Amino acid sequence: MTNMYTEKVLDHFRNPRNMGEIKNPDGFGKVGNPTCGDVMAIYIKVKNNRIADIKFQTFGCAAAIASSSIATELVKGKTLEEAEKLTRDDVAKELGGLPDVKMHCSNLASDALKEAIKDYREKNKK
Amino acid sequence: MKRIYLDYGSSTPVDPAVMDEMKPFFMEKFGNASSIHEYGKDAFYAIEDAREKVADIINAKSDEIIFTSGGTESDNLAIKGITFKNKKKKESKGYNIITSEIEHPAVLETCKYLEKIGYSVRYLPVDKYGLVDLEELEKSISDDTFLITIMFANNEIGTIEPVKEIGKIANKHNVIFHTDAVQAIGKVSIDVNSLNIDMLSISSHKIYGPKGCGALYIKKGTKIQTVQHGGGHESGLRSSTYNTPGIVGLGKACELSKKRMKKDNQYMTKLRDHLIEKVLKIEESFLNGHPKKRLSNNAHFRFSAIEGESLNMMLNDKGIAAATGSACSSKKLRASHVLTGIGLKPEQAHGSLRLTFGRQTKEEEIEYTAKVLPDLVTKLRKMSPLWNK
Repeated sequence: MTNMYTEKVLDHFRNPRNMGEIKNPDGFGKVGNPTCGDVMAIYIKVKNNRIADIKFQTFGCAAAIASSSIATELVKGKTLEEAEKLTRDDVAKELGGLPDVKMHCSNLASDALKEAIKDYREKNKK
Repeated sequence: MKRIYLDYGSSTPVDPAVMDEMKPFFMEKFGNASSIHEYGKDAFYAIEDAREKVADIINAKSDEIIFTSGGTESDNLAIKGITFKNKKKKESKGYNIITSEIEHPAVLETCKYLEKIGYSVRYLPVDKYGLVDLEELEKSISDDTFLITIMFANNEIGTIEPVKEIGKIANKHNVIFHTDAVQAIGKVSIDVNSLNIDMLSISSHKIYGPKGCGALYIKKGTKIQTVQHGGGHESGLRSSTYNTPGIVGLGKACELSKKRMKKDNQYMTKLRDHLIEKVLKIEESFLNGHPKKRLSNNAHFRFSAIEGESLNMMLNDKGIAAATGSACSSKKLRASHVLTGIGLKPEQAHGSLRLTFGRQTKEEEIEYTAKVLPDLVTKLRKMSPLWNK
């Protein structure tokens, strides 16, 4: 079970970074569905077009939890344009790889982030 | 860190007495049991002795036991062997084989394969506890039905099926009844005669025997065809040089299991009920399977809003080895068919945890598990967007 995950995945699973929720977030994104086993929620606070704060909540396996955790670390402090460019491959690569059947987990992390940024932009349309 | 093994449903350690019995058959008594010399005879007599011990645990006769490589092979031989013997009538409209929705993959996938090549199979539904619907069973039988294959006890949720009633129905309609008893052997007292069982699958490594060995009981007179051709071992039913150490180990394991069954069951039932009582104190935790009609060593839970693989990994970090039926832990990323079969939604099935114990399980290990589990569930729920409390 655990031997199929890299040390980095296990570290983020055991000590998830930026876990929790932000009250009154500037942007919120939730993707996945409980039927297939993963749900990810991302909350962001935006200041001067940068991600000032970010938190996640995840229902899913270790790969899903680690993917969300590392995704939040990767984009914290970045501009929205930079953050948007985060791909599933970036997430997987940063984790030192994911088992093939778990690649969709990294997908969800980048998707949830994109949703949160989209939400922020829609709320702030002029 | 101290390690605690609560996954006896997956496999068991070989009993020291079983190991002792097997040892001579690797280097000294290594002969081929089919040879006529003394080396061969040593192996031959040991195998026949083991055959008697295996027969004894289910009250069968020794010439009704065939040795195989394990539960999966036994199931395959039983189901395909009967099916290939009973060729489908061209105009047949009814079901040829009747099984249940919650069988082990060894049965389920074999049935699906037979469906693909033209046989019709009925997969009986089960109730919320995992018990097969006996009325549906009887209604599904027709002149075209030649086999009923329903497990003795479920490997995931531990539910013990109404085998006696199934045997009666099969007997009344003159249909062959096969049961996968891999999980039940050593935990449930089985008499194949009084239960009207025609075929029964046994696995060695679930009862403190070695891996790679099993047996199939075939009632005398049952017409069955081989699926493995070769040198004609086991009355032509299962060709392959005898795995003497494995067979000797299985025989000893059966002998010990029979002798210890009552004591083992009393002890494990006590552990089980204690653990269930403690774990169900966790908010939104549920027991899967039947509260009473369940294997003495099986406790199966689900916790809402969390995922089972994560929970298993956290338990592993605490030194506890367990199992789950979550989709995330399966190669197919699909929730366990057993858990969806008992009516759980996929998201409910994801939060499942199977704890199975054995002879070596200590009371303090159960206490420790019951103590650490609530915190792990809380930790995962704090992370979960589905938990709103």
